[in-house]
Amino acid sequence: MSPRIGDVWVYLSASPLLGLTLTLLAYQAAYWIYQRANFNPLLNPVLLAIAMLVTALTLTDTPYATYFDGAQFVHFLLGPATVALAVPLYLQFDRLRKLALPLAVALLAGSVTAIGSAVGIAWLLGAADATLLSLAPKSVTAPIAMGIAEKLGGIPSLTAVMVIMTGVSGAMMAKYVLDALRITDHGVRGFAVGVAAHGIGTARAFQVSEQAGAFAGLGMGLNGLVTAMLMPLLLVLWRLI
Amino acid sequence: MLGALTILLVYQLIGEVIVQFTRLPVPGPVIGLLLLFLTLWVRGSLAAPLRDTANGILQHLSLLFVPAGVGVMVHFSRISGEWLPIIVAVLASTALAIAVSALVMRALMRGASDDGTENGGEGGA
Repeated sequence: MSPRIGDVWVYLSASPLLGLTLTLLAYQAAYWIYQRANFNPLLNPVLLAIAMLVTALTLTDTPYATYFDGAQFVHFLLGPATVALAVPLYLQFDRLRKLALPLAVALLAGSVTAIGSAVGIAWLLGAADATLLSLAPKSVTAPIAMGIAEKLGGIPSLTAVMVIMTGVSGAMMAKYVLDALRITDHGVRGFAVGVAAHGIGTARAFQVSEQAGAFAGLGMGLNGLVTAMLMPLLLVLWRLI
Repeated sequence: MLGALTILLVYQLIGEVIVQFTRLPVPGPVIGLLLLFLTLWVRGSLAAPLRDTANGILQHLSLLFVPAGVGVMVHFSRISGEWLPIIVAVLASTALAIAVSALVMRALMRGASDDGTENGGEGGA
């Protein structure tokens, strides 16, 4: 007697194997499309894989928590991957050190632009206060951004959505923005993407070159620190106006 | 590979412990990154297995954002009421942040002496 398909589904949907396997399958399918399209940034593999998985979960009525039971093993690797950024940073250190001043000023300018323009535009378009506060730290890596939003009175889960949107859109548009400005240096290109679009932008930069990736990783890490320190200060200024 | 992965985890662990004790507003892995960088810099050398493992993980960095990204589905209804200001603000401000960081850095580099390991060319990041 063979088990019915329904029983197999009940068994599988309770095990972490399915979520993990689906994540890897979806990502590899997405990456295959991305590769076939000559790494066209508009076919961002993170976006494609998310779209496939959200569709599959919605169609099968699977809650996110069940999926995450399996996918958390992939999610966990974000920690060691962040530590691993030390390696390209070390390999590019000679160039980074020479560029300390341009990097520091560009970081500050980029960080303030990201916060100010996001809040300013949403405010002009009539967004609520809690939305503005959740939007402000959107350019930094998710754990830092959610911590900042919580402290300032924003909504951390809303911030997480905006952080992902920012990362994906930054990875998709960077090439076009930077080409239009005729910026050819991979260090400059990478750093700008890392400051504006954190880890997802950095992932895209690594697909382009090691140098772009190293500068992006540095931009991402530094902007996390700067935004965490700047936000309370900018909030005081905002309240004064 | 196993040794290198262990090194990465040990540095992450040290980072997490430091953050717990000092209450720094930074995730533990970022502290781990800084400490590993300092170690490499002080030693002045990088073992091949660590380099290969790090490059291997970073080649597929995008994969690691997928599980969190799928979580967007849970919170998507939150933005439905204010989707227009949110989407316009995210897209425009991300483009502006990329442009401003890049333009400021390029302007300042013209002053600084960067003898350029430039491997430029169109089509980068």
